[in-house]
Amino acid sequence: MSGKVRTMSGADRVVVTLMVAVPTLVVLGLIWLPALGTVALSFTNWNGIGPLSSAKGVGFSNYVNVATNYPPFWPALQHNLIWLAALFIVATPIGMFLAVLLDRKIRFSPFYQSALYLPVVLSLALIGFVWQLLYSRDQGLINAVLGTQVDWYGNPDYNLWAAIVATSWKHVGYIMLLYLAGLKAVDGSLREAASIDGASERQAFFQVVFPVMRPINVIVLVVTVIESLRAFDLVWVINKGRNGLELIATLVTANVIGEASRIGFGSAMATIMLVISSVFVAIYVTVVVRESRQS
Amino acid sequence: MSRPATEAQFLARMMPPSAAATGLSRRAMLRGTLGGAALLGATGLLAACGGGGGAAAPAGPATGTLTFGSNASDAVPKEVYAQVVKAFGDPAIQVKTNTVDHNTFQEQITNYLQGQPDDVFTWFAGYRMQFFAQQGLVGDISDVWQNVQGMSDAIKTASTADGKQYFVPYTTYPWAVYYRPSVWAQKGYTAPKTLDEFVALATKMQADGLVPIAFADKDGWPAMGTFDQLNLRINGYDFHVNLMAGKEAWDSQQVRTVFDTWKRLLPFHQTDSLGRTWQEAAQTLQQKKAGMYVLGMFLGQQFDKGADQDDLDFFPFPEVDSRIGTGAIEAPIDGFMMAANPKNEAAAKKFLGYLATAQAENISTKADTSTIAAGSLADTAGYTKLQKKAVDFVANGKQISQFLDRDTRPDFASTVMIPALQQFIKTPDDIAGLTTSIQNQAKTIFTT
Repeated sequence: MSGKVRTMSGADRVVVTLMVAVPTLVVLGLIWLPALGTVALSFTNWNGIGPLSSAKGVGFSNYVNVATNYPPFWPALQHNLIWLAALFIVATPIGMFLAVLLDRKIRFSPFYQSALYLPVVLSLALIGFVWQLLYSRDQGLINAVLGTQVDWYGNPDYNLWAAIVATSWKHVGYIMLLYLAGLKAVDGSLREAASIDGASERQAFFQVVFPVMRPINVIVLVVTVIESLRAFDLVWVINKGRNGLELIATLVTANVIGEASRIGFGSAMATIMLVISSVFVAIYVTVVVRESRQS
Repeated sequence: MSRPATEAQFLARMMPPSAAATGLSRRAMLRGTLGGAALLGATGLLAACGGGGGAAAPAGPATGTLTFGSNASDAVPKEVYAQVVKAFGDPAIQVKTNTVDHNTFQEQITNYLQGQPDDVFTWFAGYRMQFFAQQGLVGDISDVWQNVQGMSDAIKTASTADGKQYFVPYTTYPWAVYYRPSVWAQKGYTAPKTLDEFVALATKMQADGLVPIAFADKDGWPAMGTFDQLNLRINGYDFHVNLMAGKEAWDSQQVRTVFDTWKRLLPFHQTDSLGRTWQEAAQTLQQKKAGMYVLGMFLGQQFDKGADQDDLDFFPFPEVDSRIGTGAIEAPIDGFMMAANPKNEAAAKKFLGYLATAQAENISTKADTSTIAAGSLADTAGYTKLQKKAVDFVANGKQISQFLDRDTRPDFASTVMIPALQQFIKTPDDIAGLTTSIQNQAKTIFTT
């Protein structure tokens, strides 16, 4: 503690206190309270009718039910993981690759950039609709070009992949923009030095630029994970997350929202999702903390 | 497969699923899809409505402002209700209609009823009404029923929970097997009376290059209709009602027989049904590419008014077991309920009494020819051929069921039966496993 802290005026202290307190209260009230409420509800059988006091504690039976007696649950979990893997292995690298290409000041770069970024400004619900025009069994472009009769959104063998392609369309643009911003910030002299040392383009990228971009890489990774865990709108628009498109988020919604009102049961699934997300959040926080210690 | 003729039809096929099989809902749902914002807006509306109610004491005279929550968000039914309200014509009561997107209304019903619901609002008969009545979320209107005329006992029963009436029936429509007489005349088909004749006819249609039974279950609920028909024919009305109430086992031999019979019929159903909406399937019938369609009369909405609609007829789902017969039919009833604590009870009851009259019913059945009046006093002179036939059909039904998702708990219907029936359509082989799974889930749901 140095003398600087002590020189803070009364007004400064009020401002600092407010700046800390208000966001803390907002986070507590809008994030932690509902999250903990969900966890608490998951141990009850509340059906959304009447006062909360009418809810009875049922221990872990909602969780047992979800795991052993709810056929859509395991497929949903699997679909979430496939979603994550597809975005991570395919969509994110493509986005990064496009960013590297666009960073090379090729002709019409602004045009490509805006074209690729365009899907990002569309809502996923709208994207589902746009892709329906391509996927439609009878009017769709894909079937017309290929001469096939595949029901891309309706056939449970294909619809998950069809949805992932549609979501990747947006995801690629998002990652591209993030990564492009990162690339622009990389000191050009690093590349120059690498090329003077005789490194090829590829070597320069993988051995110099990529390691330097570590903070951006972590953000890209986190964004990918978050996008795949919260995947919801697109499949909800397609068929409310049924018939091959089950995701945890859609099952939670189907049980909690609407007439069903299986609040306790749905909350159990929401809690499971919370736990899965927490794992990734924990990894992220660990990395960031280590990062800041190193620097 | 169908090819929608207009942009509106094309858009209609992309709409989100709905349990709303009511005759008025189709375009309403479409509107809901077209604007995500509209959906949000409607939610806000839902929260906001009910605030404008009058301050009359519950037992006071029937004056002041009355709020009416309507799920008729489409232009045509909205206009119908506007006319209905106008024809009410009580100068002392100002009816304020709050129209909410049809789907949203249904999804939000639990919150709606626990918030500040409108004095009078639209809803469905059967278990779906009784469920809320038992939770004390809707008002007892038995005194209104004392002056209601022209309602059959079956319809009164469907409006009753624990000996009290909570529901005013308005319109109804039958589920049956629909077909186009012109196609049948040309091919020389006749309506089958038994399941074997039904299968023989379907086989013949297949040979004639027709899709025997148009079918769609993207939205999850239409397949429930086929299940209901088969269960009513195979196990009878009483079993069906008990099954829906959780009093019979889903893994019983009776239910397995239903699925076994359905499995025998599945090869005659339109393929790829899980990606198709009922509107598209109805168009297959409309375009004379399919021979039959097991659906509610609302499928007539996919037909143009006039000659096109006149070329639509139905026959009862054929007999499967001669001991059971074909007496039980399915005809969901749409109508109105009153809030548990209405702001203006006297006016609400007066308005409900009016809604039960033939005068109010006539306005709707005239505008939407895919429904018929619930009461027997309504004017049927202006009915189409199909409406007249539906009146006879419903009047002669020995027992009337509502619909799977109206006859059972909403949580069971939406979270268990929709995935289960879709699973069956996908892989109809493991009936034992499927019925066991349904029963295990039912056990956990019907306890609360």
